[in-house]
Amino acid sequence: MISVSMTVNGKAVSAKIDPRTLLVQFLRENLLLTGTHVGCDTSQCGACVVHVDGKAIKSCTTLAATCDGASVVTIEGLAHDGALHPMQEAFRENHGLQCGFCTPGMIMSAIDIVNRKGHDLDEHTIREELEGNICRCTGYHNIVKSVAAGAHAMAPK
Amino acid sequence: MYAFAYQRPTTVRQVQSALGKHDDAKLLAGGQTLLPTMKQRLASPSAVIDLGHVAGLSAIEKKGRNIVIGAMVRHADVATSDLVREAIPALAALAGGIGDPAVRNRGTIGGSVANNDPSADYPAALLALGATIVTNKRKIAADDFFQGMFTTALDDGEIITKVSFPVPAKAAYVKFPNPASRYAMVGVFVSKKGSDVKVAVTGASNEGVFRAAGLEAALKAKFNAKAVEGVAVDGSNFISDIHGTADYRANLVNVMTKRAVTKALGK
Ligand SMILES: Cc1cc2nc3c(=O)[nH]c(=O)nc-3n(C[C@H](O)[C@H](O)[C@H](O)COP(=O)(O)OP(=O)(O)OC[C@H]3O[C@@H](n4cnc5c(N)ncnc54)[C@H](O)[C@@H]3O)c2cc1C
Ligand code: FES
Ligand code: FES
Repeated sequence: MISVSMTVNGKAVSAKIDPRTLLVQFLRENLLLTGTHVGCDTSQCGACVVHVDGKAIKSCTTLAATCDGASVVTIEGLAHDGALHPMQEAFRENHGLQCGFCTPGMIMSAIDIVNRKGHDLDEHTIREELEGNICRCTGYHNIVKSVAAGAHAMAPK
Repeated sequence: MYAFAYQRPTTVRQVQSALGKHDDAKLLAGGQTLLPTMKQRLASPSAVIDLGHVAGLSAIEKKGRNIVIGAMVRHADVATSDLVREAIPALAALAGGIGDPAVRNRGTIGGSVANNDPSADYPAALLALGATIVTNKRKIAADDFFQGMFTTALDDGEIITKVSFPVPAKAAYVKFPNPASRYAMVGVFVSKKGSDVKVAVTGASNEGVFRAAGLEAALKAKFNAKAVEGVAVDGSNFISDIHGTADYRANLVNVMTKRAVTKALGK
């Protein structure tokens, strides 16, 4: 067993874990943050995307041990005081989900896109940048719409 | 995934001694190849040595006429580096086309080069740019480094510390991505420096990345897309799978080379 300490959604957490614990297992099983999903477990689908030190990564393809000292944000860390994050709100408004399984990863990736590419995102950019996120329900159309709307809504007023 | 001991050294020397202490240790860089392989139980190292905290592996520098990239530099950081974009835009573009954004935020040049996947992108860049792989022990020319699918010149316990790229006059990389995995079905990197032309092909051959002598000769005579027309590519040892036959890939090599040359000429 090894010790890890990190900040998750602003809270300091420490635990003794088996070194082979994946970040997604640590989040779901140790911290009971089950909003981060496992869709494929083979690094393809993006349902497990979280932010580590401000960057989107696949938590099924990252050891919790390598995140020692890092700051992690999951889907649970986005809403504040009962108000959804603008990207979450945009998915709700634009019907950007059906079953919702891919949605946490979609939203974490979408915010990462905005952080890198700004608030004015064209359809082509959004589709290219969502390369690593698979949705089996929506056909993507409303997801793309949601991301564009969320990106605008995130712009400083 | 099978159990392993986890180590987090902070210097290359400590990495070396950690490797010496375990029979079957593996270096962990971005983990984007190693972890999926371990999860499938296709690899079961006794120890995993995390390079994430090792000093001196994460810089991108200009040294004389070379761009030198540390082994732990992530694909996303090569793609967005001002130094790389200015000196070797083809290399920045290549890094920006690997996998997807989350993979690019973790995967490293050192891991990709050490792995030498027959469909990986970086090996083509290293070969076509005449790069040098620097390890904790020595310097290895790209031509000597890549020795067939998943095989390199690295000895047991040898650690890549950086890769040095001479700046070309012109270069471009074009890949035909597999529509599902985004790995190259065929990727061609073309570079020109003075009278020297290099053409490296990834994704096509059962022997991994290689330089295409016939295409190089044609382009040395005249560096334009037309020069490649009709130049035969020997596909006898090419990959044939559900995505395409060997002949299809041989034809793609020619087509991708033409596109790369056109791109290198800025047309
Ligand atoms: C969904 C997905 C899509 C991808 N698409 C592409 C693609 O389109 N093109 C492409 O080229 N790649 C692709 N990859 C692979 C990706 O680029 C990996 O990041 C890369 O192959 C390995 O780099 P890594 O840093 O993750 O290495 P790791 O997985 O950590 O390590 C890989 C191997 O290299 C060894 N190693 C690592 N660092 C060193 C070092 N410094 N010295 C010696 N040995 C070392 C390790 O021990 C291990 O054996 C994809 C991966 C995924 C998951
Ligand atoms: S569960 Fe991580 S990419 Fe699918
Ligand atoms: S909404 Fe069901 S997988 Fe995307």
